[in-house]
Amino acid sequence: MTRQEVLVGAVPSGVTGSGPLLDVRNVSTSFRSPRGMVRAVTDVSFTLERGKTLGIVGESGSGKSVLSRTIMGLLPGNAERSGEVLFEGADIGGLSPAGYRELWGDELAMVFQDPMTALNPVMRVGRQITESLRFHLDMDKDEAKTTAIELLRAVKIPEPEKRFKAYPHEMSGGMRQRVVIAVALACGPKLLFADEPTTALDVTVQAQILDLLAEQQRQRYMAMILVTHDLGVVAGRAHEIAVMYAGRIVEKAPTQVLFSEMKMPYTEALLSAIPRLDQRSHSRLHAIGGAPPDLVNPPKGCPFSPRCPYVRDRCRDELPPLQESATTPGHAFACFYPVDSPETLEIKERIAAQQILATAPTLADSPNGGGA
Amino acid sequence: MAGSGSAHLRDPGSVLLRVENLVVDFPAGRHQKVSAVANISFDVAEGETLGLVGESGCGKSTTGKAIMQLPRPTRGSVRLGDAELTELKGDALRRTRPEMQMIFQDPISSLNPRRTVTRIVEEPLRIWGKGSDAERAAKVDEVLTAVGIDPQSAAERKPYEFSGGQCQRISIARAVITDPKLIICDEPVSALDVSVQAQILNLLQDMKARYGLTLIFVAHDLAVVKNVSDRVAVMYLGKLCEIGPPDELYAHPAHPYTSALLDAIPLPDPSVDVSQQTHLGGELPSPVNPPSGCRFRTRCDRAQDVCAHAEPLIRAVESGVSTHYVACHFPLETAVDVGPTATGSSAAPEPTPA
Repeated sequence: MTRQEVLVGAVPSGVTGSGPLLDVRNVSTSFRSPRGMVRAVTDVSFTLERGKTLGIVGESGSGKSVLSRTIMGLLPGNAERSGEVLFEGADIGGLSPAGYRELWGDELAMVFQDPMTALNPVMRVGRQITESLRFHLDMDKDEAKTTAIELLRAVKIPEPEKRFKAYPHEMSGGMRQRVVIAVALACGPKLLFADEPTTALDVTVQAQILDLLAEQQRQRYMAMILVTHDLGVVAGRAHEIAVMYAGRIVEKAPTQVLFSEMKMPYTEALLSAIPRLDQRSHSRLHAIGGAPPDLVNPPKGCPFSPRCPYVRDRCRDELPPLQESATTPGHAFACFYPVDSPETLEIKERIAAQQILATAPTLADSPNGGGA
Repeated sequence: MAGSGSAHLRDPGSVLLRVENLVVDFPAGRHQKVSAVANISFDVAEGETLGLVGESGCGKSTTGKAIMQLPRPTRGSVRLGDAELTELKGDALRRTRPEMQMIFQDPISSLNPRRTVTRIVEEPLRIWGKGSDAERAAKVDEVLTAVGIDPQSAAERKPYEFSGGQCQRISIARAVITDPKLIICDEPVSALDVSVQAQILNLLQDMKARYGLTLIFVAHDLAVVKNVSDRVAVMYLGKLCEIGPPDELYAHPAHPYTSALLDAIPLPDPSVDVSQQTHLGGELPSPVNPPSGCRFRTRCDRAQDVCAHAEPLIRAVESGVSTHYVACHFPLETAVDVGPTATGSSAAPEPTPA
């Protein structure tokens, strides 16, 4: 069996079909806790076409991982969910554990953040790949082994025949993440979740793994949801980006549009908080003051209003809905006073003027060595 | 990447910390050893921030800890001011501790979970018996306010009641309370979200100005290191590759490894076509059995025969407006030879594993 045959053979026949691959409608997920319900995801809707990549960006606690686990059906017992998750037109939200077992690996697969804990430490890596091949595709032992070695080769693991028999601890973090990807790709899923797939890895290895995911996605015509806190990771690699804050999607747009015409003050703040290589050293970073809201008692109005520099009374009282832009189709944002609105521009000018006044004297009296 | 040599060191009188020929070996069983730090030298001037950057396993954290003598380096010299730390023992070494403090990566686990925040921050003063109760309390209040923690709430609350970013502020307060000369920050923001990361980086800059600190900032994120540093040292597999002022070094990297690291960073800019970029291949070689000559040669596309035989010495490269230093036989920028030519004959012999 050639590598090409394996790849083609592993892709299920459902490449055709109309409608989006995934249609998420008004999904909310809460967790029961001693303090009350923690509203981790609130009223999230989006669609994803076959072969496309959606980047979900947000800080810790924004609900991005809970959202992908809700779609995957990987929620713990104290979770309560509502809304619909349509996968190829069928609602998979109410599936039994046995129903999800049929989907996991076969249709939906996940690459987790930490390759150290995602693999079974006492099972050889080969068996971790053949496991799902034998379960879903009814391969016999030899066939599964040949396919697994081809998969290891496809994810660029050197000496795949030898590595087939290795244990996870005998491999580096980057190699283990390749194995995790091989496990996820084994049965040719139509949708791959990559939940912070490179956060635990070094930057040079991160680039290799992201390249590998993109290549495999192209070859397999697979849709991907790339969950990350790093806008840099999704900038070059996602077709569309959804920014999450406090469990809600606050802005969603095709990647180019999001970066060139961002509307939501939170997106702008997130981008300007990142130290950039093209800034000079010692540039003052635009930190976002305060902390994300308590998800047990979310604020009444816009969840970002307590931290937003452009906040107005209306934002504190009323929740802005996620609405599509009048000028750019596909660009939705949840903000009454987007960053290019006259109200916000006025505040921006005022802040800029204050900063000039505030920094002028401090520059003069803060030489090094000034003791307190 | 061999990175031995001392062309980049400045006049000893003008620096606060001078590290020379630092070697840290760890036993790796079967009479083998891991040379985590293999003969590196650098110095830090007073009031300066030196960024140490590199991938996991390059020895950057080990270097930071070896300066603290935790554990003591295998060989080499660490001079802080007039004191040679590697020769100090017992009480004499202990007395240098208030002058050097550390801030760790995981802010929550580096604070004692059973003590109140006030008590944690006050602890160094208690240990050194500084001041009366009232004076200590005043100092704790001052430092906590400076890092943006309300002293009132800190008096009763314990670390788990604070977020990661707030705990890192508390760690910073604890580090500055002894009026140290040098703070070694070991990945202080890598466990934090980007918005909080920016707050902490800004705070470190403020604290540096306010308390006249010298910082060694160990991190893997090149953009973060660029933001905070006055000088950046790039490490690979226990060796120094390149050292220089950040704006210069990032604009004109002379070492192929520095250049590869910079290329690997995903930019928050969708107009960059990632499919057109080439990324560094291969994996970090084993530090138990490092490559001969230049340690980077196995992943370097400019490597030639000489790289396998001779360890390149650090030498100056002129690019743009200022000078920086690189340890490479075939640097990307033109090298100006100052001092001995870089043939590696005088370089310290590579540790040959059994």
